[in-house]
Amino acid sequence: MKKLLSAAAILALSAGLASAEVKVGMITTLSGGGAGLGIDVRDGFMLALKQSGRDDIEVLIEDDQQKPDIAVQLADKMIQSEKVEVMTGIIWSNLAMAVVPGAVAQGVFYLSPNAGPSQLAGPGCNQNYFNVAWQNDNLHEGAGAWANQTGYKNSFILAPNYPAGKDALTGYKRTYQGELAGEIYTELGQTDYAAEIAQIRASDADSVFLFLPGGMGISFLKQYADSGVGKPVIGPGFSFDQDILGAVGDAALGAVNTSQWSKDIDNPTNAAFVESFQAEYDRLPSLYASQGFDTANLLISALDKAQPSDADAFRAALKAAEFDSTRGEFKFGPNNHPVQTIYAREVVKEGDVLTNKIIGTAIEDHADAYAAECKM
Amino acid sequence: MIRERYLNLAVLAGLLALALWALAGDQPFTITLLTKVVILGLAAAGLNIALGIGGLVSLGHAVFFGLGGYAMGILAFHAQNFAPLELGPLSIAGTKSMPVIWLAAIAVSAAVAVVIGLLSLRTSGVYFIMITLAFGQMFYYFAISWSVYGGEDGLSIYVRNGFPGLNTLDPIQFFGICLAILCLVLLLSDRLARSPFGLALNAARQVPVRVETVGLSPTRLKLLAFVISGAITGLAGALYADLNRFVSPTMFSWQLSGELMVLVILGGVGRLIGPVVGAAIFVALEHLLGGLTEFWHIWLGVILLLIVLFARGGVVGLISPRRVGHD
Amino acid sequence: MSTILIIEQILNGLQFGIMLFLMAAGLTLIFGVMGLINLAHGSLYMIGAFAAAAVAGATGSFLLALAAAMAAAALIGAIVEMTVIRRLYATDHLDQVLATFALILIFSEGTRWIFGSLPLYLNIPSWLAGPVTLPGGIQYPLYRLTLIAVGLLVWLGLWWLIERTRLGIQIRAGENDREMIAALGINISKLYTLVFALGAALAGLAGALVGTIQSVQVGMGEPVLILAFVVIVIGGIGSIKGAFVGALLVGLTSTLGGVFLPELFKLFTDPATAQSAGASLASMSIYILMSLVLIWRPTGLFGARA
Repeated sequence: MKKLLSAAAILALSAGLASAEVKVGMITTLSGGGAGLGIDVRDGFMLALKQSGRDDIEVLIEDDQQKPDIAVQLADKMIQSEKVEVMTGIIWSNLAMAVVPGAVAQGVFYLSPNAGPSQLAGPGCNQNYFNVAWQNDNLHEGAGAWANQTGYKNSFILAPNYPAGKDALTGYKRTYQGELAGEIYTELGQTDYAAEIAQIRASDADSVFLFLPGGMGISFLKQYADSGVGKPVIGPGFSFDQDILGAVGDAALGAVNTSQWSKDIDNPTNAAFVESFQAEYDRLPSLYASQGFDTANLLISALDKAQPSDADAFRAALKAAEFDSTRGEFKFGPNNHPVQTIYAREVVKEGDVLTNKIIGTAIEDHADAYAAECKM
Repeated sequence: MIRERYLNLAVLAGLLALALWALAGDQPFTITLLTKVVILGLAAAGLNIALGIGGLVSLGHAVFFGLGGYAMGILAFHAQNFAPLELGPLSIAGTKSMPVIWLAAIAVSAAVAVVIGLLSLRTSGVYFIMITLAFGQMFYYFAISWSVYGGEDGLSIYVRNGFPGLNTLDPIQFFGICLAILCLVLLLSDRLARSPFGLALNAARQVPVRVETVGLSPTRLKLLAFVISGAITGLAGALYADLNRFVSPTMFSWQLSGELMVLVILGGVGRLIGPVVGAAIFVALEHLLGGLTEFWHIWLGVILLLIVLFARGGVVGLISPRRVGHD
Repeated sequence: MSTILIIEQILNGLQFGIMLFLMAAGLTLIFGVMGLINLAHGSLYMIGAFAAAAVAGATGSFLLALAAAMAAAALIGAIVEMTVIRRLYATDHLDQVLATFALILIFSEGTRWIFGSLPLYLNIPSWLAGPVTLPGGIQYPLYRLTLIAVGLLVWLGLWWLIERTRLGIQIRAGENDREMIAALGINISKLYTLVFALGAALAGLAGALVGTIQSVQVGMGEPVLILAFVVIVIGGIGSIKGAFVGALLVGLTSTLGGVFLPELFKLFTDPATAQSAGASLASMSIYILMSLVLIWRPTGLFGARA
């Protein structure tokens, strides 16, 4: 924490001395139950800036408290008063839907380090909106594809009853070719899953696909492991990443999950990122940290070629995406969303620490399902 | 000690002066913050009628705030997508006109307030607090899974709705509209409190028996207060949705009901300008503390606590204590 | 759906109800004796879970963790009572709501400040892990059976405390007439501190026990708080028996609603819509239950007549 503050202070100081040329506004979640994700994105982003040694980028960081109305007001502030040219940081799809359309309509560039709602990939796409993480459905589609490869024929699928949950099940079903043993929408924020687990036990499912972000996933996995049902679990990386594995404990061992990033992807950028993140913050980086890191490096690579004030040139520079990504190769599709490989990972124990290890490739060069609807 | 009437005028004039100062200094975001103060103040002023005059502790006023918001969201959504809203035989084209949206927000909130009021007023005390909370939760969960209007993602309205003769996209003009409505509503609630209805309501809160003996029904008085209160909060919800050009189920959340209550108590329960002062303090704290430390909620909590413990009657009560032994 | 599964789901509903009773017992005790609406009850629940996770992490002992959870919650409860809550007894519910709302803010962010933003690890000890086979061939987790047992013990213990002990007599006297027990020479502020600490300890115990199979994270207390309020309002505020019955009702409604409403909707519409619509109605069901109960009996099932 202290280190981070001093890094930010140095950054702000040097920015002040060299009269900052680019103002970047970061709105992310830094308080409340969802703060872990926002902090990881911020730390990954700031680490990349620090490593670049640039003093012409000023980052304004604000906490949206995970409330959409606060996020909109912060965006108004950054655009109207601070005159930022580039924005980033939002974690949640509902907040992104509240902020991004308005921001890009005012000519600001938005680089998404996490949320990728389908509307912004399809009809609502915009030339100034770049998603550096994934379209929301991507990891679920990867899970469906991996289920096919593994030979699952009868999945039991569950997700919370809200838009991202419905997208998750739709995404899984888009690639998965087997039968469904059951399909359940749970309550958003639900903490007790005894009833759902009983239904899974009673079904003849050969696998369980789940999308339960945050605390919901922790509760489910602990209860599922204790129930002794033991049917193999598959899910998107969000429910099995570094930020929550520690809390789930051994109950998560062996769970297969899909992700566009893993700390053991073999390339020099990623190895250096994992090592320097650990050195800087004394913890393993998460999926979200890698996305924050990549977002900052994309920004830096574009700034090397053009300034945001020269919008067309800057946009082209972003679109070219010539930076060293922690994922290896990185490229944008026609709707400015990544076309990327989704890996299957398994939760393993390295010493005392739970983490993920790649066990195969779920889908290669995967683009999202909405690109065709995007006209820009 | 300051006379309450002068204080009221000073607060409203102060808001206007601040906005004009921000306009001169080209600080549009300050105007946005002031608009937020005015709108939250309006929402809390609505609650204050139920709470302050009627003694109805509603922990479900977010229902009306959310209904107002969704009235705006749904009408504008259908207008911006050119897809009429089909309600059986009825086909509504949607609208981007603020006055029409306000009327819809008021009508819907009032209608729902009648139903919630009729059911809730059978209870009192803590049970009333909790049954209003329960209605809030019902609307919240419904909105989250109502996928036609975005569910938890909410609805974005890309361009602020219009008002005849004004450019609502200009922050100062939109601020002006909101402030004018606030003044009108405050004037109305002042009249209301002094009217025979208001006096009877006040009596119904303190000595219900006395009201009954003169042939009035305390429940009916309270219901009317609850409906007026809900309608005003609903109107504020529509304005808040226009401020953000966005609505979402968080407008229905119990935290928001709690916050509205905080605004009223912070300023001073039953004081005309209390909710506005409360909103101003709350927004200022949120804005200033948020920039100071990541853990600013702790300090917000401490300040709230100190006000409850040591400033009974809220901030307005500190500045302008009541002489008569009310409450 | 087989009979066995239906029986298992009813068992799940009862089990969830007992869990809710654990959370609500302290809340209703505090309200019954002091007439205080304590929104910060969920924070005490969270404190219990965090204390348990910290101690279990350091010592590896689950029983020590439970003891620590109760001790930490009781201690913090007593401190809060003596510094803040004590000043609120004489005020109206409004001030209590605001003050305890402020306490939520302080406790939540304070906990995050100390423990960080990531959820903590707390898991079932090996001697309580895994399922056992019940008559009829139902596989049921031993830990959940333990929760049921502890819930029943807490209920019995509270009944014994209130009906059969000297402290209980004082508590009942305090509910009815504050001046009276002061006149009898009982130190009422000490009694209140004690009752508040007891309620807090129950919240802490619930936090540790339930947190073990859920997520130990900042904000975990708020949904619990709302549920606990629903429970005690249905049962009648201040009544331990009411809290118990209310908890079982809410547990059954919530669990069975989640299972059967989607099935019911499937009779009328396609499965995907039925799932979603059924789930929506299920999440509203306990609030609908609560309003129905209050419309029928405005002071809850076992509440004192107003």
